[in-house]
Amino acid sequence: MARAYKSEPRNPETAKPEIDRRKFLKGAAVGAAALAAVPAAVSAEPQPVEPKRVVPPAMSPAAETEVPSITEVLIAERTGSDFMVDVIKSLGFEYVCANPGSSFRGIHESIINYGGNKSPEFITCCHEESSIAMAHGYYKIEGKPLLVLAHGTVGVQHAAMAMYNAYCDRVPVYVILGNIIDVTQRAPGVEWFHSVQDAAAMVRDFTKWDDLPISLEHFAESAMRAYRVAMTPPTLPVVLVADGTLQEDPISPDVKIRIPKLTTEMPPVGDTGSVNEVAKLLVAAENPCIIADRTARTSAGVACLVDLAEALQCAVVDQVGRMNFPTRHPLNQSDRARAAVAEADVILALDVADVYGITHTYRDQVERTSRSSMKSTAKLITISSDDLFIKANYQDFQRYNEAEIAIAADSEATLPSLTEAVKRLSTDDRKRAYQDRGVRLKAAHMQALERSKDAAAFAWDASPISTARMCMELWGQIQNEDWSLVGATTFVSKWPQRLWNFDKHYQYIGGAGGYGIGYNAPAATGAALANRKHGRLTVNIQCDGDMMFAPGILWTAAHHKIPVLHVMHNNRAYHQEVMQVQIMADRHSRGIQNCSTGTTITGPDINYAKLAESMGVYGEGPITDPKDLGPALKRAIEVVKRGEPALVDVVTQPR
Amino acid sequence: MKWAGLFLLAAALFALPIARAQQASDAPPAGNAENGKKLFMSDGCYECHGRQGQGAAQTGAARIGPPQLSFEGFQSYVRKPSNQMPPYASKALPDQDLADIYAYLKSIPMPPKGKDIPLLNK
Repeated sequence: MARAYKSEPRNPETAKPEIDRRKFLKGAAVGAAALAAVPAAVSAEPQPVEPKRVVPPAMSPAAETEVPSITEVLIAERTGSDFMVDVIKSLGFEYVCANPGSSFRGIHESIINYGGNKSPEFITCCHEESSIAMAHGYYKIEGKPLLVLAHGTVGVQHAAMAMYNAYCDRVPVYVILGNIIDVTQRAPGVEWFHSVQDAAAMVRDFTKWDDLPISLEHFAESAMRAYRVAMTPPTLPVVLVADGTLQEDPISPDVKIRIPKLTTEMPPVGDTGSVNEVAKLLVAAENPCIIADRTARTSAGVACLVDLAEALQCAVVDQVGRMNFPTRHPLNQSDRARAAVAEADVILALDVADVYGITHTYRDQVERTSRSSMKSTAKLITISSDDLFIKANYQDFQRYNEAEIAIAADSEATLPSLTEAVKRLSTDDRKRAYQDRGVRLKAAHMQALERSKDAAAFAWDASPISTARMCMELWGQIQNEDWSLVGATTFVSKWPQRLWNFDKHYQYIGGAGGYGIGYNAPAATGAALANRKHGRLTVNIQCDGDMMFAPGILWTAAHHKIPVLHVMHNNRAYHQEVMQVQIMADRHSRGIQNCSTGTTITGPDINYAKLAESMGVYGEGPITDPKDLGPALKRAIEVVKRGEPALVDVVTQPR
Repeated sequence: MKWAGLFLLAAALFALPIARAQQASDAPPAGNAENGKKLFMSDGCYECHGRQGQGAAQTGAARIGPPQLSFEGFQSYVRKPSNQMPPYASKALPDQDLADIYAYLKSIPMPPKGKDIPLLNK
């Protein structure tokens, strides 16, 4: 169906006679309504409808010989985008994040007007990378995706890195891209720059599925399929392209197009035979070690892992891709991970992103070398959904690991049957051995905790403030709240995991996945959006370099009243890169003093408190004296508890 | 045999000054802590080890403030690190600079134990 605007014919004498447009559209709409199955409700059964016979408009000799008048359709009370919003609502999206774009103006307007700007509510982002990263963080708290809209060209280009992060982190972001595929429907200029033959092409290497629906029924079906595909482990981003013509073409107010029922798939579970083999190895082992990473997809995963670990009284090393295992649990050996792996005779890796990395040591010198840190006789077992969907171009799959048993399944879903098998196979003799092992591991855990406390005491009163001091001052303010730490802790040497008490799934959500910098601030804001309705105190330890990629996310939090506390880890540099360049300078024995060139964020020093204030966010700092930190955090937390974002700028040591 | 004997003598003679040097450097060479602090920053040691040499889990850098090794061990490791640390050859970091850095690190006092800091025991 052609769009409602049209150009004047160039030569009236040679112009073909035009059919009365208004009558044509009405007739076509009636025909479409007649042909469509009913009803629109998801649970109703479709009823066949007899198609009505469409009567063509009457013609006359005058109509055949004279130049007819061109009647323009200027009002179209319902368009395809309204139906698209019906589909979107049926999928249960709470929010849609977007930076506005004309290629999806139809859906945008339908969301805010036809859809009442509710479920989904439109969240305005200042950069598409922020939109995607918000969806990334939101999912890891809420367990369901958030919708993102973007241009099919410049928008998805901006969004691409954040989509790659989500892909590497196994997070399903649901993206709809606007595009105008029909060349005759594009206005000159901008719409051509913002149109593309294959909008999903540039992100296809790191998305799970994509489609370009060419009818509204097609859109509905593909929308359901995209959701189902995205949410089946391995959970990954998906893309739908919403053609501009399909969005904006009128549809009859009475049109009924069926929205299929959404069905989701059960996650893949390890087969019984393999699970039993794994259980036998674990039961017989003297020093089994479980390594968790993205194991706990949901809060149930934490309980499942605790159940298995306690059944075996075995070591657990948490790589904290998610909050998988309570930090103060006596079996948690994460603070002595290398030793735990080196001692193990059986290692069980559960949805671990880099199995090779945790079982090998690596040396980055002129000659790069690695060696196994496992015992030569140790057996490696992997349970992971990663191999169920693996692509070749981007190398996020890490080095090949030589597992004795590799089960391609979701580890959280497989844990119950594995634990049941372990319990069934554990004799009284084995249980006595487990008990002794548990006592040893508890002692090792407590010693590691004391060592971490002693390590934190060094540079305790220093300025710039040590990362240990910053993290513990924050802990002092939040430990009695229902808190959620939503920023990655890698760059603060994981002090929170070493010294805080994590015991709930939402208390930590891991990092970017693909280590694309610029993830943290928007992901923290997305996670805070999810936490808001649960009344949780969301805190984020925020690196300065990461914030500067798209600081407009601060405005988004202020505008939408998203309560989040950003505690700046302001070490005034891209410190990883300072160290990388320094490695080169040391290796060449030259220019070590120059390594701050191109890597530091000083001269001038950015004032993050003022940056925050400029965007309507409460800001304090820069704080350089550790004694001032506790009171500043307390004031900021009061703001966050009132439902608004806040930022405390802390000048810190590098790591 | 004659050549073997000469070789042994040369080896012994060569070893003597080394033995003397080792004896002399049992105590670390005199270093300027104030200059050492500047060098600790400008030579980038603080990047991985922290400004007070407290170390960092994320970089894998050990706590060296105050140092856990003798000066000889410290010097040996800086020149030829066995793990991830990049090497600092004497061309880039002369012995006297290293002595100054060592003096700075030695000037850093041991902190209280972690169990004695209330905020670390909440």
